[in-house]
Amino acid sequence: MSQETTVNEKRLLEVRDLSIAFASGRSLLAAVEGIAFEVAAGETLALLGESGCGKSATALALLRLLPAAGRILGGEVSFTGRDLLRLPEADMRGVRGGGMAMIFQEPATSLNPVLTVGRQMAEVLEHHLGLAGQTMRARSLELLTAVGIADPERRLGEYPFQLSGGMKQRVMIAVALAGNPCLLIADEPTTALDVTIQAQILELLRRLQAERAMGMLLITHDLGVVAQMATRVGVMYAGEIVEEAPRAAFFASPRHPYTQKLFAALPNLARRGGRLETIPGQVPPLSAMPGGCRFAARCAHAWDLCRQEAPQWREVGPDHRVRCHLDDEQGRVHSTGSKKVIASTTGTLATPALLAVADLCVHFPIRRGLLQRPVGYVRAVDGVSLELARGRTLALVGESGCGKTTVGKAILQLLPASGGSVRLLGQELVGQSRRELRPLRRRLQMIFQDPFASLNPRMAVGEIIGEGMRALAMPGTNPQRPDRAAAIAAVLQQVGLDPAAAGRYPHEFSGGQRQRIAIARALAVQPDLVVCDEPTSALDVSVQAQILNLLADLQADLGLAYLFITHNFAVVDHLAHAVAVMYLGRIVEQGTVDEVLRSPQHPYTRALLSAVPSPRLDEQPEFIRLPGEIPSPANPPDGCHFHPRCRQASAVCRERYPGTSTLSTTHTVRCHLYR
Amino acid sequence: MMTPVVLWSDVLIWLLVLAASVLGWLSRRNPLLRAAWQRVGRSRAGMASATVLLVFVCIGLLDSLHYRPRLEDSAGRGTGTSSEKTAVYSVEVLSLLDFLLTPLRTRTEKTYSEPLATRAHAKESIEIRDADGQLRQSRDYPRLKHGGAHLGSDEARRDADVAERVLRALGLAMLVWWMLAAATAALLARRQNCSHRQAWRRIWHNESDLACNAVLAAIAALLLCGLPLAILASDYHVFGTDKVGQDVLYQVLKSVRTALVIGLVTTLVMLPVAIFLGIVAGYFRGWIDDLIQYLYTTLSSIPGVLLIAAAVLMMQVLIDTHPQWFATAAERADLRLLALCCILGVTSWTGLCRLLRGETLKLRELEYIQAAQAFGVSDLRIIARHILPNLMHIVIIALVMDFSSLVLAEAVLSYVGIGVDPTMISFGTMINNARLELAREPMVWWSLAAAFVFMFTLVLAANLLADAMRDAFDPRLAGSA
Repeated sequence: MSQETTVNEKRLLEVRDLSIAFASGRSLLAAVEGIAFEVAAGETLALLGESGCGKSATALALLRLLPAAGRILGGEVSFTGRDLLRLPEADMRGVRGGGMAMIFQEPATSLNPVLTVGRQMAEVLEHHLGLAGQTMRARSLELLTAVGIADPERRLGEYPFQLSGGMKQRVMIAVALAGNPCLLIADEPTTALDVTIQAQILELLRRLQAERAMGMLLITHDLGVVAQMATRVGVMYAGEIVEEAPRAAFFASPRHPYTQKLFAALPNLARRGGRLETIPGQVPPLSAMPGGCRFAARCAHAWDLCRQEAPQWREVGPDHRVRCHLDDEQGRVHSTGSKKVIASTTGTLATPALLAVADLCVHFPIRRGLLQRPVGYVRAVDGVSLELARGRTLALVGESGCGKTTVGKAILQLLPASGGSVRLLGQELVGQSRRELRPLRRRLQMIFQDPFASLNPRMAVGEIIGEGMRALAMPGTNPQRPDRAAAIAAVLQQVGLDPAAAGRYPHEFSGGQRQRIAIARALAVQPDLVVCDEPTSALDVSVQAQILNLLADLQADLGLAYLFITHNFAVVDHLAHAVAVMYLGRIVEQGTVDEVLRSPQHPYTRALLSAVPSPRLDEQPEFIRLPGEIPSPANPPDGCHFHPRCRQASAVCRERYPGTSTLSTTHTVRCHLYR
Repeated sequence: MMTPVVLWSDVLIWLLVLAASVLGWLSRRNPLLRAAWQRVGRSRAGMASATVLLVFVCIGLLDSLHYRPRLEDSAGRGTGTSSEKTAVYSVEVLSLLDFLLTPLRTRTEKTYSEPLATRAHAKESIEIRDADGQLRQSRDYPRLKHGGAHLGSDEARRDADVAERVLRALGLAMLVWWMLAAATAALLARRQNCSHRQAWRRIWHNESDLACNAVLAAIAALLLCGLPLAILASDYHVFGTDKVGQDVLYQVLKSVRTALVIGLVTTLVMLPVAIFLGIVAGYFRGWIDDLIQYLYTTLSSIPGVLLIAAAVLMMQVLIDTHPQWFATAAERADLRLLALCCILGVTSWTGLCRLLRGETLKLRELEYIQAAQAFGVSDLRIIARHILPNLMHIVIIALVMDFSSLVLAEAVLSYVGIGVDPTMISFGTMINNARLELAREPMVWWSLAAAFVFMFTLVLAANLLADAMRDAFDPRLAGSA
């Protein structure tokens, strides 16, 4: 008896058979069905899954904060011995914030912009602890210090717009901690943040959890974050938990075919140049859940039983459970990426550069006063030089705000360059009139980040793809309609879509399919160079793998050159031939993939690489902590832009910007350490 | 027999009808617009108010076909030979509605009378010939010439007569409605290949694609109100008569067209300006944006009524100094109505323009616009293909919402005396004429009440339809529904 109570005390949260549905018209669509998990004090349970599998709905249901259409159909949520689903609303308010607190994904929208930081913390402190006056202020300062905010006295009186993204997330965590919760629910807490900031926040969460012996429910789609944070992992798919395991067992031997596929879909060095595993199809919609195993339709190992009967939990190891009909060894998926390595010659290429960018500058004037005179400039891009040959991929990496997207747009002449030159096949693009640019437009195209914003919702897919052909009066496609329809059908097939899609509208397609349409639109005019602006960052891992494979195939078939703008190093590693690292409008290090990723020289590159959470347990290098955040490009620091955050900075770094040091024929770095 | 007269406002109204049918045809072909209209069709409040609005529009359209009747030859020279050559037409311009309402229009009393009254509202000295043939003067409420004339001297029978007519009308209304409902069910049954009983169930459980039950309910309400009015109106003044003895029901029906013209033509005037300037300001930004912003901030900081008053008075002077321009009084009144529409349009485009500018600013940063720019698509084409279609929901919503506020604005302006021509019947002039009589004892309330009820119904229906359309066309709301 006494033993049992100690176990119960240890278990903070027990969820049994929880089912959630969303009302749609007159029917209820089940979003989460019969999930069960436990969180003990001091442990982190990571719920892993792709978008739309019910992770966030689960978290909101625990706090009974589901949106109006959401219904909890049944189950039991027992939190420190109380069943939350039966608690009256008045008591529930004490649990929210006091017992369980939640951190949301987007720090920019989860703080109220018209209240000061101090006021927002005071709300929680007043309600849950009944503090007031000086004690409350002291407690607020203590909390802000605990989450690593420098100068908390000043920050208390500031408004959210005065804080940077990472700082806002820290404040959110401080607000969440204010009620002394014993369970923290973190819903994708770092997805909106840069890698270096993400590493800081994850470190902070780990430290706080250890100090306070809190339980944590971490919701994420990122295997790297799971590897760093979790003690146990639950994998969700289509509203069910399909696998649950301790971290070590999970990463050593994932058992469910879905989990195995997720690992296989991650781009990494081992599969470099080859094809990524993809999961065919997509998560079934809520309205059409299959009867048997929900993954059966996408599973390579599915057999009759899978389609008829939903599998039950099966123990496959200590604390390791899986919901699958497959027997132990039968289901081992060996990620055998067919090693179709693209013939790549390392080193410089003899072929002339397709694109040559020299000293490109994009300055945005800051206008003030009645006459709108420029008083200063935001140097978004400040002297960038690049070269890219046909059939190659150059990755441009850096944190948000470093100007990498601006470089892409300035190359396409979507933004006017303030200086420098962009040459495509020897022809200058900067300063040309629209008419002179038009014949060159065909040769360079762009794929955008958000497949939901990059397609006009009011145009059919065929019109979207045909627009470029028409505007550029493509040779070989007469203005006659049947010709163009055939060309559109061909390009749709090229990106793996049904030609019948031409008559449908973008909203009928999923994110991955939309990105294929966006690629088809760029391909339709037969470009030589495609600027890809984070084309996979809005997509799930399995879909990302499909798109990366498609891009690789297209490069092999058509000899396209890619300028790949990204912050995801795994993707860089998988796809790129050369890498350029940007910091505050300038390229700080440039070289082949092996040179830059295997032996990074610039302190910024090293720090960036060390901050990327690895989806393996053994490989995490020591995290080089970067203090602070990227300074504003309107007012960059004197000398080397990086020196305020650099551990190796010396006096000379504060005085002047370093010149280019050549380390090998392809590897250059701009740092005073390599004079 | 008659010669057609085409007033400028008639041209515009029928052009609008044409434009609406073209729009309807276009949106049948565009699946996104069709889906939005289907959402409107499923909204019950929207469809009920659309039915009511349709009745108002029909009245307005009937009132927009004008002609001048040919005058009867005077009996004196009725030999018939010369009359063919010199056909003389009346100076009075009539409409189809006037023709249908001839009894209402021509049966004027001397002055005020209460609704359904048989006698006038004020006492008069009447000369009565006694049995002995002597004239005697007495002061009494005089008998109306037309109101309840069929009763003869048996005025006490009025209540029974009214009740009987109402009952008959209600019976007839139910019969007509029942036939309509049965026809709808039969149509639905044929379309969906099911039994009548099932079709009937579908209609009432709101399972059909169109909110048939709302339409039928609205028709029932209209029939139940309209038929008794129609039957009573043949022998009574249902809403009474005004100062010069004109039937108030006739006035109210004539006001509908004025309200529709003000509501629709004004939006027509302001829409191109608002759309063009709004998009241009938002898309090109820079000095063009500054210029347009200065323009509308200046314009919207002048008190609207002041601007309208100045413009209307100038127009008035112009009309008065050039009487030779107009063949009839109706033409003069019509021009003044159009001038009012233009002036209201000039002062009311700023709100929509500001809205469209803001939305365009947001849209132009979207990636599909940049993708189009990367193809070298011309600015004009980007505006036409990418920006305008994505603004259409705002335009449609603003159009329907502005309609009701403009109808109300007309009433206010006419009340202040700077609205439509005093000879033109409108809700505003009716209210203006009735306002002094409210102070009378006993009060003359019916003119105001009738105008109020009709205007209220019209504006409420327009507002409800605007709500339904906003829900259906706004992409954010449509996505969540």
